[in-house]
Amino acid sequence: MSATRPEHSVGWVTPAQADFAESLQLECGRSLSRYTLAYETYGTLNAEATNAILVCHALSGNHHAAGYYSEDKGKPGWWENCIGPGKPLDTNRFFVVCSNNLGGCHGSTGPTSINPDTGESYGADFPMVTVRDWVRTQARLADYLGIQRWAAVAGGSLGGMQAMQWAIDEPDRIGHAIVIAGAAKLSAQNIAFNEVARQAIRSDPAFHEGRYQRNGERPRTGLMLARMLGHITYLSEAAMGEKFGRERRSEADSYGFHYDVEFEVESYLRYQGQSFVDRFDANTYLLMTKALDYFDPASAFDGDLAKALAPVRAPFLVTAFTSDWRFPPSASHEIVRALLDNNKRVNYAEIRANHGHDAFLMPVPRYLEVFSTYMNRVANEVGV
Amino acid sequence: MDALRPDLEMVADWVGEGERVLDLGCGDGSLLRYLFESRHATGYGLEIDPEGITQSVANGINVIESDLNEGLSDFDDSAFDKVIMTQTLQAVQRPDQLLCEMLRVGQTGIVTFPNFAHYRLRYHIAIRGRMPMSEALSYAWYETPNIHFCTIRDFEVLCNDLGIQILERRVLSHDLKRPPLGGWLPNLFGEIALYRICRA
Repeated sequence: MSATRPEHSVGWVTPAQADFAESLQLECGRSLSRYTLAYETYGTLNAEATNAILVCHALSGNHHAAGYYSEDKGKPGWWENCIGPGKPLDTNRFFVVCSNNLGGCHGSTGPTSINPDTGESYGADFPMVTVRDWVRTQARLADYLGIQRWAAVAGGSLGGMQAMQWAIDEPDRIGHAIVIAGAAKLSAQNIAFNEVARQAIRSDPAFHEGRYQRNGERPRTGLMLARMLGHITYLSEAAMGEKFGRERRSEADSYGFHYDVEFEVESYLRYQGQSFVDRFDANTYLLMTKALDYFDPASAFDGDLAKALAPVRAPFLVTAFTSDWRFPPSASHEIVRALLDNNKRVNYAEIRANHGHDAFLMPVPRYLEVFSTYMNRVANEVGV
Repeated sequence: MDALRPDLEMVADWVGEGERVLDLGCGDGSLLRYLFESRHATGYGLEIDPEGITQSVANGINVIESDLNEGLSDFDDSAFDKVIMTQTLQAVQRPDQLLCEMLRVGQTGIVTFPNFAHYRLRYHIAIRGRMPMSEALSYAWYETPNIHFCTIRDFEVLCNDLGIQILERRVLSHDLKRPPLGGWLPNLFGEIALYRICRA
């Protein structure tokens, strides 16, 4: 480790890959004969392999959840606020694993990978994947790493959905489920936002029905628009107002009467959109939004979430943020209610924060405190 | 196991082995923890104070952040053996409605509250002309979360009006240890009142 390792961080990390030659039957009816998962780990697995935590990422995340890739690159992993020494997922006690979801674009098999049957990249031919499929691949990764049972599975947003699905599908392999800013299903409004995002991508002339790689092109504008739209919904009105207000880039008193960037918020959104295009694949974005839309464990039980959660054995920590209108407290409350109906063990905290949905990534003091306190319980249970 | 506050110990005496318990306004969760550990009880605590919620999580109970003023619609009828509310009745917007909710979701209710007719509080008002402050009522009038004080007599009248049966009453003196004057003139000498109630 470098002497300049950042404080309270896992420091420099390197991703790993696990190859699975065993065929994977997917919920959509198709299957993959082989696939790779990219993942990272932080901390040390104890001899009994009881201190492992699975972290699941959200829509635009990946396996780089904590630490830094190199001394030059300033930006840490997406959950740096929650993973590291002395943090809620304390790497002095836990062995934290985060994998890039199947269908992703950062090392796990996905639309940009080569299809062994054709020798070309999958592109639009990559099968649709679901939250359940991800749980299955993560269970195989657990086998591969010698982890019979996770002390906890944790995630925010779409990651929280995976933690919930874990508790349903693998009740004996998960000690605790940590569902942060999650939901048991998307609302019509949420699906609507996803649909606008998808249409932005699919109507980009460079999309070519998802076979853009063949044409050496990318639907940059569409993906950028999708990300800009998403970004608006991840922030609260108050957070945006606080951050940008009506500030303009130029100091001139009068408006410019043009369509170039004028307000700070426009500049921010364009920057977010453009930088996203450089690191994300449009087909992956489409797949991830469909996985979100399809997630609804209650649907197999006539919409009765309590019935869907009946197999759960893991105690839950559910947290929501007051200003999150994309995955609002009422969505978390639905999960809590269904757990209560089953007499399951659950803790619920509604955190006052004005960051909107993105609060689950932020160092909100009360959030970190509740999360740490709960994880301390988990650590004591497994004796680390 | 840490020693429980004497009034909570008395409440715990009313909870049977393995019972399902709901604690309204569970504070730091120490009562529920005690019931989980010593009675093998199960159930939940409801709390709205962030610090109380964190401490409850640390105490290993199940705590749900919720506002008692919004009722108990998360819970089905008769879902619990005991619904407990210690020192919280006076802080809710509609104590009468919450009492009814308690006995909807629970077979038996356990309620404790500070008796506003205790002689020392009467002295504060009658002689000093000031709103009372005491060990059990430690807030000044302008900052108190306690918005609905009642007396032992008030509570019993309300129970009668609501068709609630009082199964047992205990009163404690300010040291929370013994029934003052052997339980004589409870509305005058009782500082904390404890009730076991059910639907009539």
